[in-house]
Amino acid sequence: MLRKEVKMNKLNIILRGIVKDNPTFVLVLGMCPTLGTTTSAMNGMGMGVATMAVLTMSNMVISLIKNLIPDKVRIPAFIVVIASFVTVIQMLMQAFVPALYASLGVFIPLIVVNCIILGRAEAFASKNGVVDSIFDGIGIGIGFTLSLTVIGAVREMLGSGAIFGMPLGISDYMPLVFVLAPGGFFVLGYLMVLFNKFIKK
Amino acid sequence: MEISYFAIIIGAIFVNNVVLAQFLGICPFLGVSSKVETSLGMGAAVTFVMALTAVVAWSIQTFILDPLGIGYMQTIVFILVIAALVQMVEIMLKKVSPSLYQALGIFLPLITTNCAVLGVAILMIQKEFNLLQSVTYSVSTALGFGLALVIFAGIRERLELDGVPAALKGTPIALITAAILAMAFMGFSGLV
Repeated sequence: MLRKEVKMNKLNIILRGIVKDNPTFVLVLGMCPTLGTTTSAMNGMGMGVATMAVLTMSNMVISLIKNLIPDKVRIPAFIVVIASFVTVIQMLMQAFVPALYASLGVFIPLIVVNCIILGRAEAFASKNGVVDSIFDGIGIGIGFTLSLTVIGAVREMLGSGAIFGMPLGISDYMPLVFVLAPGGFFVLGYLMVLFNKFIKK
Repeated sequence: MEISYFAIIIGAIFVNNVVLAQFLGICPFLGVSSKVETSLGMGAAVTFVMALTAVVAWSIQTFILDPLGIGYMQTIVFILVIAALVQMVEIMLKKVSPSLYQALGIFLPLITTNCAVLGVAILMIQKEFNLLQSVTYSVSTALGFGLALVIFAGIRERLELDGVPAALKGTPIALITAAILAMAFMGFSGLV
């Protein structure tokens, strides 16, 4: 009985990150990678997964060492933990997915300054237990990945007439502007409108 | 590397505008820029910090990280340098020029998490600029940031008086405005 309740809680932590606390559409955090890397569904997903990995691991470590860090220097300490994991992810991506690494470019090291990660460290991991913090990282990470994949898919479809790199046979008629900078703002803006209208209520 | 300073300046301010073409520094762009005066303040603070960061980050990369072969420490070192610089600027301004501190004060802590600052530091190393080119590049990038911020704030001041549909209020309408602004800036492409 008790066990089931605990499990529900973990599930709730994950689900909350996807809809109610969706980092992109509700909290409006981490806008730079959201706009900068979603030129295709694959890029968006890659960025989302990289961010989720950093977020989950930094949440775990920060909640483990939260009692060792003096309150005054906690923000710099968090940043060092996050930056270390970003460096690890950066090296792993460079070694195993060089094409994705090249197309995400400067946004990989910039995961350090993604407000979502420091925000979760400060708001959740520094106050909760290790297991909950890991689940929070996974939940918010999935929410972020889903949002980025959707934005990337919409931009890729409208801009180059393909999805996940598969051409749909309409590429000649599609306006390229959706893959360029203005399209990023447009698609995110209108997706946010749809989210506000149909899901947030 | 032969790149004229003029090309760097025009490129960083107009053609590859940091906010509207490279998507760096979107958070302050959306968050701070609802009044023209605060945007000017933010722009000035960012310019100041970016110029300092360029000098310090370039020196660290050239004289410490590269000779020791520990280029992979770049991310960790740069973010700490920026955080420390922002703190230092804050403390110094408080002592040296209280009036300027009053004007910039609230924006300074926000700059640490402004990805434009770290982004520019990493990009200028990637582009293999020398010291003077790096400083030119980061100052012009910061000016481009300020320009985008001020134009955007001007538009948003007007928007507040208009009847925006409920679902579009807040961030969505700001993003759509930014899209149109980004389209206008695309007109500069091909200049350099």
